[in-house]
Amino acid sequence: MAINTIDELINFAEKQNQKISTIVKEQKAKEQGLSEKELTDKMMKFYEVMKQAADRGTSKEVSSISGITGGEGYKLWQAAKKGLSGFNILKASARAMAVSNVNASMGKIVAAPTAGSCGIIPGAIVTAAEELKKRDEEVVDALFTAAAVGEIIAKNATLAGAEGGCQAECGSASAMATAAVVELAGGSPRQVGHAVAFALKAVMGMVCDPVAGLVEVPCVKRNGMGAAQALLAADMALAGIKSVIPPDEVIKAMAQVGRALPGELKETARGGLAVTPTGKKIKEKVFEKQ
Amino acid sequence: MNIFDIIGPVMIGPSSSHTAGAVRLGNLARNILGEEPKKARIILYNSFADTGKGHGTDKALVAGILGFLPDDERIKVSFEEAEKLGIEFELVSGGARPDLHPNTAEFYLEGSSKTTNVLGSSVGGGRVVIFSIDGFKTEFSGEYYTVITVHKDIPGMIAKVTTCLSGRKINIAQMRVSRESRGEKALMIIEADEILPEGIKEELEKLNGIYRAMIISPA
Repeated sequence: MAINTIDELINFAEKQNQKISTIVKEQKAKEQGLSEKELTDKMMKFYEVMKQAADRGTSKEVSSISGITGGEGYKLWQAAKKGLSGFNILKASARAMAVSNVNASMGKIVAAPTAGSCGIIPGAIVTAAEELKKRDEEVVDALFTAAAVGEIIAKNATLAGAEGGCQAECGSASAMATAAVVELAGGSPRQVGHAVAFALKAVMGMVCDPVAGLVEVPCVKRNGMGAAQALLAADMALAGIKSVIPPDEVIKAMAQVGRALPGELKETARGGLAVTPTGKKIKEKVFEKQ
Repeated sequence: MNIFDIIGPVMIGPSSSHTAGAVRLGNLARNILGEEPKKARIILYNSFADTGKGHGTDKALVAGILGFLPDDERIKVSFEEAEKLGIEFELVSGGARPDLHPNTAEFYLEGSSKTTNVLGSSVGGGRVVIFSIDGFKTEFSGEYYTVITVHKDIPGMIAKVTTCLSGRKINIAQMRVSRESRGEKALMIIEADEILPEGIKEELEKLNGIYRAMIISPA
């Protein structure tokens, strides 16, 4: 059976009394003609790449090709112990920016769901796994839950900044990340759904306005924020807080908001931060260098 | 939907369209040439020309013609790798071309015995489309096992090629034929579901009226 909504996903998991990842793996194995082991082996490879990128960007300052950004992940990692926001939030944010730094430096990353939002899932999930002392195999399972949420968003809205703005890229990544974290922390399928709704509602309407058209400003920091929000959304859901608007309606609303956004604010670098005086100056400088 | 299109692919950043897609365009151009390139001239149009440097599009295109895949960490140092291999390359801006897709590159490749001219675009999410080969209009993605033939524009050529494929139990998903002018050279593109067996290129090239055959496997 094909699962098209979060509601169907939750009901199916509840009926089978299984975790979302368990039913996703079963279904995807059938659909893609692979064994569950083949699926988890491949996801494990992706998880390795995620961890490596997070380690690289937190252990030293990684600079972008253009030189506009660099070192954000390393700086926050250094400050994580003494920060106000709490160790886990800061580690998650630092790791997310670290992966985003690696991306901007032409390093190896996993598009999750896109290259622009590639830091959020690793930032949140690696940190949650560390805190919860989970094995890699359990984390990889949770990534299937994240992927299922991403697929449902892709079917009912979009994952592309050019179509839906940054809410569709970083917002979706945050929703996918929080889904994985809730499951990893032992939350119910229904709590996964609420967390997804919180993460998307937090950034509803967020525009895609990259300075000079590059995946750097504001993308690196938005990755850092997205990972922190994923952990907060997970904690809210695990505390028993419910989304008043059901997650599927939130996803449809996100799609509608994305359509309503003007083209200037959808990855064209013709609006928002891209056309601020500083944004324009940076653009001139980048082009001069070419 | 493939779950590894949602989480995945593994790629070298920073942009799926400007980096990963650019590598794939280079890969396809290399496969169309069908031999080790010795010289390359690459023209970048529109957004590729504007923001290409910041996205590493130039390095990605060169990496592609060297045969690197989108997750190869040598993409960043592809210029140095090309120099090591003694491959001459040149990247130039073609400026704005409103008639072309925003992310477009054109390749002039020269091997030891062949040359080719390929124009293609990166259309989002790392997917690409090849729009022309040696001046022939085409439209294919490289996501299928693809057979390309350059042949004489005379009756029976399509039948000859498809007979050769059906004899090998290869199912055709899509096909397209275009030509220079009546009775001259024509180009056929066949996208197939099945892996194309070894030796099929040579078999097709033996057919009377076929000038050249190219085989492309999905990357």
